[in-house]
Amino acid sequence: MGEVSPLVILVAAIFTNNILLANFLGMCSFLAVSKRIDTAAGLGAAVIFVTTFTTAINYGIYHHVLVPMELTFLSYIIFITVIAAFVQFVEMFVERFSPVLYHALGIFLPLITVNCAILGVSLFMIIRNYTFMQSIAFGFGGGVGWTLAIILIAGLRQKMRYSIVPVPFRGVAIAMVITGVMAMTFMGFAGMVTIQ
Amino acid sequence: MIFFLPILVFTGILVALAVALTVAERLLVNYGICKIDINSGDLVLEVEGGQTLLSALIESKIFIPSGCGGRGSCGYCTITVVSGGGAVLPTEMPFLTRSQVRSGVRLACQVKVREDLEIKIPEELLNVQLFTGTVEGVRMLTHDMVETRFELKEPAEIEQRPGQYVQLQAPSPDGPVFRAYSISSPAYETGVIELVVRLVPGGIGSTYAHSLKKGDPIVLTGPYGEFRLSEDPDVEIVCIGGGSGMAPLKNILFSVCERWPDRKCRLFFGCRSARDVFYLDEFRELAKKNPNFRVIYALSDHDPEGGEWDGETGFIHVSVDKHLEADDVKRHAFLCGPPPMIEAVMKVLEEKGFEEGDIFYDKF
Ligand SMILES: Cc1cc2nc3c(=O)[nH]c(=O)nc-3n(C[C@H](O)[C@H](O)[C@H](O)COP(=O)(O)OP(=O)(O)OC[C@H]3O[C@@H](n4cnc5c(N)ncnc54)[C@H](O)[C@@H]3O)c2cc1C
Ligand code: FES
Repeated sequence: MGEVSPLVILVAAIFTNNILLANFLGMCSFLAVSKRIDTAAGLGAAVIFVTTFTTAINYGIYHHVLVPMELTFLSYIIFITVIAAFVQFVEMFVERFSPVLYHALGIFLPLITVNCAILGVSLFMIIRNYTFMQSIAFGFGGGVGWTLAIILIAGLRQKMRYSIVPVPFRGVAIAMVITGVMAMTFMGFAGMVTIQ
Repeated sequence: MIFFLPILVFTGILVALAVALTVAERLLVNYGICKIDINSGDLVLEVEGGQTLLSALIESKIFIPSGCGGRGSCGYCTITVVSGGGAVLPTEMPFLTRSQVRSGVRLACQVKVREDLEIKIPEELLNVQLFTGTVEGVRMLTHDMVETRFELKEPAEIEQRPGQYVQLQAPSPDGPVFRAYSISSPAYETGVIELVVRLVPGGIGSTYAHSLKKGDPIVLTGPYGEFRLSEDPDVEIVCIGGGSGMAPLKNILFSVCERWPDRKCRLFFGCRSARDVFYLDEFRELAKKNPNFRVIYALSDHDPEGGEWDGETGFIHVSVDKHLEADDVKRHAFLCGPPPMIEAVMKVLEEKGFEEGDIFYDKF
């Protein structure tokens, strides 16, 4: 994939190949933290930070350590370890600079570790054979896409507090339905750019 | 060799990450030494930054009440932060009223020490000490009530007022927690602390208290509670309780009878059935020695086949209604028991002419 510009990948990762709405990755924290726009945006910011930097680190480790030593089978466990360590770092960072956000995110901050969107971004980078710049663009775009989706849904859910939802649909059920509708809406972007 | 390479690479990466994290922690989580100013300069502590205010205070031997071991689930550890505490956190909101938030009340276990702090603590709490001791005796009072006496070792004496409570340390899977128990031994017994604990199925603290045996070491902090008994011997004392609300009443009554033998006092105590009755003999004994003291027990679910009973039956507020004269002597009432009981008794007392300021209660 050497010829595609990183900018195209960035746009694609946000709109056409949105990691959440096209791949449905990272649903767990997405459903749990999408009740309020401000906490959703906070978690989104943390996810952007983590995806961008972990793709960069994972790219380095994969191409400069694992590939030369023919240890690519280790990539899963190593990617997860890197993500876990990086999330620890983000946790310290958020706690230091925004205690209110830290407590609002609560358990979901450390749970970013097992947010499959983040591992997904690193794995797509390998599968699609991105260059370093493309990877960074994809990591950043993936995070931004996830954030965009969670903020949009949080906005809807916040508004929906005043609407009458049939009892069996209240809570996660209706959130899944609107996520589905949102995913279909995003298909409207499909022709804009295509990556694999 | 081919097998070792992956292990080596993996370990190498782990070590590199661990080193990077340690360095980051040094840089990010190091707040240095912070000053805590208590009650406008009465006491200034210098503590390591980065920990919670609760643990910083405990380290400096200031024992703020805390039930949950700092997990922010009991709401007991309130203090007033004048400056330097940062914004109120969402975890604290369920425990604070609006006016408390406005006046700077915080949960000490949720406030992190990141800079110099100015806080206010009730004077009383500065006298709270940590006691170690051993179990001197254990007595089952009923099928689910135990009386446990602790002999204090370090410090060897406690200065308590009737109605105050201690916090008993109990082990839990997540580290030690504290539970509040009213002191049932009278204030003149300074070398011991006696508690009356009801077993709560699945409860951490009460199960621990019920598992204690003679000679076991214990740790507790206290005394807590701002309640003060009126020192005027002409003020009559009316104690009304039920269930596990016995402990503070026993302390009040025995202390009063010792200090003011002529002071009029009474006890109304409600139990379910004959098998839940305890301390009746002790109080009858006290009443014999002390004609100014009267005791009435009532059973709410009396089953004539469940044992002998020659006392009152029905809810305790009915007995209070029946046996307490509407009088205009100055009287103070102490209520301790389950919330519905307190509410019912309050109504009766108001009809008997008690003023709101003369009724003191603890809901258990
Ligand atoms: C000022 C004061 C004085 C007191 N004096 C006395 C006294 O003299 N005598 C006395 O017996 N008690 C007294 N108490 C009550 C006492 O402090 C304890 O609350 C009581 O003993 C229960 O504590 P525990 O640790 O056994 O139960 P806990 O472990 O606190 O549990 C209480 C109940 O909640 C349930 N529970 C616990 N954790 C959870 C969870 N995570 N999810 C769902 N359910 C849960 C348990 O199963 C149990 O039923 C006093 C309380 C106060 C505040
Ligand atoms: S110690 Fe329980 S809320 Fe602070």
